[in-house]
Amino acid sequence: MTVADGSIEQTINNRPTLLARVVGTKTQYQMSRALWGYLFALPWILGLIVFWGGPILASLYYSFTEYGVTGSPTFTGLANFTRAFTSDDLFWSSLGRTFTFAIVFVPVAISGALVLAILLNQKLKGTNIYRTIFFVPHLLPAVAIAVVWSFLLAPKLGPVNDFLRNIGIDNPPAWLSSRDSALWSVIMINVWAAMGGNTMLIFLAGLQGVPRELYEASEIDGASGWTKFRHVTLPLISPTIFFNVVLGIITSLKVFTTAFVTTQGGPSYATWFFALHIYNEAFKYFRLGYGSALAWVLAIILIIFTFIQISYSRRWVHYEGG
Amino acid sequence: MTIQTSAETPYTVQQHKGGRKPRLTRNRLLLYAVVLLLCTLFGFPLFWTLMSSFKTPAEMFAFPPPLFPDVPQWENYVRAVTMDRVQTVRWFANSAFVVSLATLGTVISASLVAYSFARFEYRGRDTLFFITLATMMLPAQVTLIPQFVLFFKLGWINTLKPLWVPFWFGGGGFAIFLMRQFFLSLPKELDEAALIDGANYFRIFWSILLPLCKPILATLAIITVIATWGDFLGPLIYLNSPAKFTISIGLHFFNGAPEVGGEPMQHLLMAVCILSMLPVIIIFFLGQRFFVQGIVMSGIKG
Repeated sequence: MTVADGSIEQTINNRPTLLARVVGTKTQYQMSRALWGYLFALPWILGLIVFWGGPILASLYYSFTEYGVTGSPTFTGLANFTRAFTSDDLFWSSLGRTFTFAIVFVPVAISGALVLAILLNQKLKGTNIYRTIFFVPHLLPAVAIAVVWSFLLAPKLGPVNDFLRNIGIDNPPAWLSSRDSALWSVIMINVWAAMGGNTMLIFLAGLQGVPRELYEASEIDGASGWTKFRHVTLPLISPTIFFNVVLGIITSLKVFTTAFVTTQGGPSYATWFFALHIYNEAFKYFRLGYGSALAWVLAIILIIFTFIQISYSRRWVHYEGG
Repeated sequence: MTIQTSAETPYTVQQHKGGRKPRLTRNRLLLYAVVLLLCTLFGFPLFWTLMSSFKTPAEMFAFPPPLFPDVPQWENYVRAVTMDRVQTVRWFANSAFVVSLATLGTVISASLVAYSFARFEYRGRDTLFFITLATMMLPAQVTLIPQFVLFFKLGWINTLKPLWVPFWFGGGGFAIFLMRQFFLSLPKELDEAALIDGANYFRIFWSILLPLCKPILATLAIITVIATWGDFLGPLIYLNSPAKFTISIGLHFFNGAPEVGGEPMQHLLMAVCILSMLPVIIIFFLGQRFFVQGIVMSGIKG
């Protein structure tokens, strides 16, 4: 804003007002645009304050208090965290169970989705129908899926065990009703619902986006089917795989509905996941302070995981054009 | 990858592209066998539920379980919607109410906010956008308890308000992100031309840009409908009287006690299950082109 290139008048007109300096603009026109920008973003700014920022701060505060919903929070320092780490029998076991779920669910669901996508990319007749059949489970309400599977897996009257007995397995597992198999059954139901979902579609688009020239060039070099997959397809879709692994871990650390509806966390805590633990503490026993502390433990684990994945991903994720 | 190319690739699998028609070799027969086996695995649970919803109570408890009903009991569906204790129609109406308002709120407010992010420059915009992305990573459990306290203090417990009002405040990080990416792909010259013609910014948004956003708005609407229809944790926490239930929590309630006065109702539970799935399946088939394209777009660009 110098006098050199214009008249005094112009300079005075263009001098930024206090408001303009606050919103970071120079001219009248820019300022009016900035104000319109704030106006249009207003619903979300309010939403962030009321439904995100405020609650995050509140839950951080609650996590250091004892709070039943009708009273007011009493500050108890680190008591909630001490209790979680040392005297809550279900804390470590539910955390461990949730990790077992993630460690099995994420690789199985993601490699399963990749296999389905590769099958759909083989130009088989009727591909559109297969894709729809694979995809539909993903759309269904989680409660309906849980109810349906609890009937399918019924130890005596369920069709799954009926089939197993027919092919000569005399003592099929009791699935959701036994503490040995309940966790695996819940994982299986979730894999069934997730495998043909968004992940598969994203992989399919990724596969179809691999340029044909790359395959043709590698064929000329004499590459086999596996070599082509390993050295052409896999590097090119690695960003997609990475994205889905991050999302998959976040989803599995929050696993709730299937277990809640089919087993209520049982039998004898075999499917008592961390999210169930939070739910029961906070909304069944109304220990909102302790529930908040548990939620923060989960959040911090998630944040650490995400950071590890993002920094580690540079080693194996291949981004086209840098 | 631009929106245009990603929009057409995923859903139209071109058969025999490139002229070379694949021959039916033994390997390809094997592929067909694998695909059909997988289709059975993915399709059987739904098929079985549909068949069970037409069974008599005796058939539900027969051993070994029969696959098909002897005589399809069509009146199961009549009973499923007219039972006293299980208020299926009421639950459907509540779900429809919540889903419509939540979807409308998401579509309107997310596109306004995205317009602001994509077209205006102001201090804090990029920070705000970064926070928007970060909210997608945070587990819902962290905000759940204080939100419950907030709605409790507002007297909204056991009302449907907590399930739709928040959607009118931007519709969430994913919705804003999806819409912003689309606005960025529209040429800025459109806005400038309209501005010279004397249109104000709201008019540019409403009459020029929004009509061009129809496909992405359809995508966002379908994704929101499917997510809110199936939502379980929200209704579980906020609703406690059966008259207020949405279909998800209602189904859970019915599943918890499927025998009324000693009369087994499992066959009717199967019918309610099928009914609860119908709306999302219908919406998916009507709008699958938009739906698939939206998922792929957000996934690849994410």
